[in-house]
Amino acid sequence: MQVNEYKPKIVAFCCNWCSYAGADLAGSNRLAYPAEVKVIRVPCSCRVNPMFILRAFQRGADGVIICGCHPGDCHYTSGNYYTRRRMALLFSMLDYLGIEKERTRVEWVSAAEGAKFAATMNDFVQTVTALGENKRLEDLRCKK
Amino acid sequence: MQRIGVFVCWCGSNIAGTVDVAKVAEALKSEPGVVLSTNYQYMCSQAGQEMIKEAVKEHKLTGLVICSCSPRMHEATFRKTAAAAGINPYMVEIANIREQCSWIHKDMEEGTEKAIVLGRTAIAKVNLNAPLTPGESPVTKRALVIGGGIAGIQTALDIADAGFYVDIVEKKPTIGGKMAQLDKTFPTLDCAACILTPKMVDVAQHERIRIFSYSEVESVKGFVGNFDVTIRKKARYVKEDVCTGCGLCTEKCPQKKVPNEFNLGMDNRRAIYIPFAQAVPKVATIDADYCTMLKTGKCGVCSKVCTAKAIDYTQKDEFIEEKYGAIVAATGFNPISMDKFDEFAYSQSKDVITSLEFERLMNAAGPTAGKLLRPSDGVHPHKIVFVQCVGSRCASCAEKGKEYCSKICCMYTAKHAMLTRDKYPDTDVTVFYIDVRTPGKQFDEFYRRAVEEYGVHYIKGMVGKVSPEGNKLIVQGSDLIANKQLKIEADLVVLAAAIEPDKSARPLATMLTASMDTNDFFTEAHPKLRPVESPTAGIFLSGACQGPKDIPETVSQAGAAAAKVIGLLAKDKLTGNPCVAHSDEMMCNGCSSCEKVCPYGAITYSDKEFRGPNRTTLIRRVASVNEAICQGCGCCTVACPSGAMDLKGFASKQIMAEVDAICK
Repeated sequence: MQVNEYKPKIVAFCCNWCSYAGADLAGSNRLAYPAEVKVIRVPCSCRVNPMFILRAFQRGADGVIICGCHPGDCHYTSGNYYTRRRMALLFSMLDYLGIEKERTRVEWVSAAEGAKFAATMNDFVQTVTALGENKRLEDLRCKK
Repeated sequence: MQRIGVFVCWCGSNIAGTVDVAKVAEALKSEPGVVLSTNYQYMCSQAGQEMIKEAVKEHKLTGLVICSCSPRMHEATFRKTAAAAGINPYMVEIANIREQCSWIHKDMEEGTEKAIVLGRTAIAKVNLNAPLTPGESPVTKRALVIGGGIAGIQTALDIADAGFYVDIVEKKPTIGGKMAQLDKTFPTLDCAACILTPKMVDVAQHERIRIFSYSEVESVKGFVGNFDVTIRKKARYVKEDVCTGCGLCTEKCPQKKVPNEFNLGMDNRRAIYIPFAQAVPKVATIDADYCTMLKTGKCGVCSKVCTAKAIDYTQKDEFIEEKYGAIVAATGFNPISMDKFDEFAYSQSKDVITSLEFERLMNAAGPTAGKLLRPSDGVHPHKIVFVQCVGSRCASCAEKGKEYCSKICCMYTAKHAMLTRDKYPDTDVTVFYIDVRTPGKQFDEFYRRAVEEYGVHYIKGMVGKVSPEGNKLIVQGSDLIANKQLKIEADLVVLAAAIEPDKSARPLATMLTASMDTNDFFTEAHPKLRPVESPTAGIFLSGACQGPKDIPETVSQAGAAAAKVIGLLAKDKLTGNPCVAHSDEMMCNGCSSCEKVCPYGAITYSDKEFRGPNRTTLIRRVASVNEAICQGCGCCTVACPSGAMDLKGFASKQIMAEVDAICK
């Protein structure tokens, strides 16, 4: 039997000032990472509402990663601290609901860290691929 | 329903090389709201923009999706195009199919597939976009320059000459920076003081420049055009406006054993001091760490000898609050510490010195009055070895040194070698180098002169070890061209230490919310096209705080930064960012959650009248956002439990539509 190569769906939220620029730098430096990663640009990582992450998992995302400026370097001074706390809470709740902790991640990537962005995405995709499809929260009604 | 036009850019072969642009345009045709989907070689070119404008007219488009390079690159361009075509500039969304697609993927099929998803995501978002109008804010016509070295001095002079007020904040007691410590400057060999001190005087005498010396920036609030800055004016225990700079106190002070930082600790100064003769402001400063009077309450000699009555032992740090329209970071550099390079015996022998120390030794105003004497015994050295790249280009030893090239060392080492041979023809000079890098006007000619006219021995290879032996230093190194190991006896070893950003830059960057690279150099908004601007609006970069630079480069960059500041201050009003938070008063329950998380204090509460049931009137407490203060981070939108707070341009519905489009 031929096995289709499984490609996970990954949503990456990147803050405009650091991580999105870091992702751009990865591109400028031609540092490859899997095409499964699709970036959504947000002004600050603190714009990411837990609702968006739940929505992503409902809609069949297999992993969600949020990238922001390094602690202390937030363009809006304190946004990423809120992200850190909110996501710690959300991820433990998701874990309780059966969304493995490895499917969610917060990473700090500065505008100068193109290499870190690519490495992080490579690692994250690998981790999520190993976990396989997200079935737990997927809302089958969305599949139509 | 929107009428969306999709424009897929080839970017020459940058995108078209790994993304089938025609296929992307075709696939996006069937997306909701799309009435036109096409592709073109260079969307950002004039022809491309004209094409967009024509399409808007012809197809009565209400929204645009441009599948092209990063929005950080051309979002502003296409917003202008939209405005010129008569639609709201915020009805444009960019799908980043270059940096985040074509450049990272090699496979055409994979790239095309991803580009379609990214295009679909942008279409999903633009379907929910609403026209936005930015607010306006006034511009405070005063600039702040942080750092009073040659970079800060030049920037301040250029801004002030254009008619705007400038304040310089310098943490040391005098402006002048590193250049004031130099002896001669390459490649012309004119003396640093002769070209710097007149500029320092110009600054001091300029009617539109204020100098806050011995001061530091304490806090920065606000945004472009409207920064609120607190400056800490450190207590110098001398009344600046009364001191005449006669220097009598600095001669009479009994505390003589204070290492003189201006001479890099190679001689001593008093506890009350003026760093150097041409200091600006020429005012004495008491070093509280060493002053007997401040420490024990017993002395007071300086106060007794001061005829101007300028000494004030009770002086306290003073806080100055000022508004600025623009801020220039000009915090400069320092040579790295030699602690981790003990193979060169820097800590073991006084006769192993850094290049900046050598600079002071050669300087007529230095510790030896310009005579080249060994620090250990005051004897003239007859054999000098210069070691280049100490801590620079250290990719394999990043924990010790720096990966980058410090850029200035090749030239100043050639200068030192040449000056030594010129002044002391009996002295033998050897330079160990990895490469000699001389890309600059008259630079290579200068280096050739050192070799050919002055007979400096250049040896390609690194020094592995320096060991003191008696009153000599044994230098062990390799000659890569002759392919042999060398053991040279030297009287003096000079290390060209790598340079790094000043330690004050990191906390300053945090205050300014300006980004830095991994080496703590400030990042530019664009490395090629916006090299003197920080990505944070209103913050500009001057000099070596952005990267290693020599004096000519620093001065040109300082002028460029000034030009950008002038361009900003010349405006009466700035158009703000319309992507700000907005509270739906009908949904707001007045809980204050949003107010607590807002880093700018942009949210206020007020009681408002609403229509209640049965024609009654209800008074409810609701949040409102001050759009001039809100910077649009969106933190409040997540904190809001009732969902009343949303962010224009990045609304929850828009982001969820993007999520849906990606997960489809």
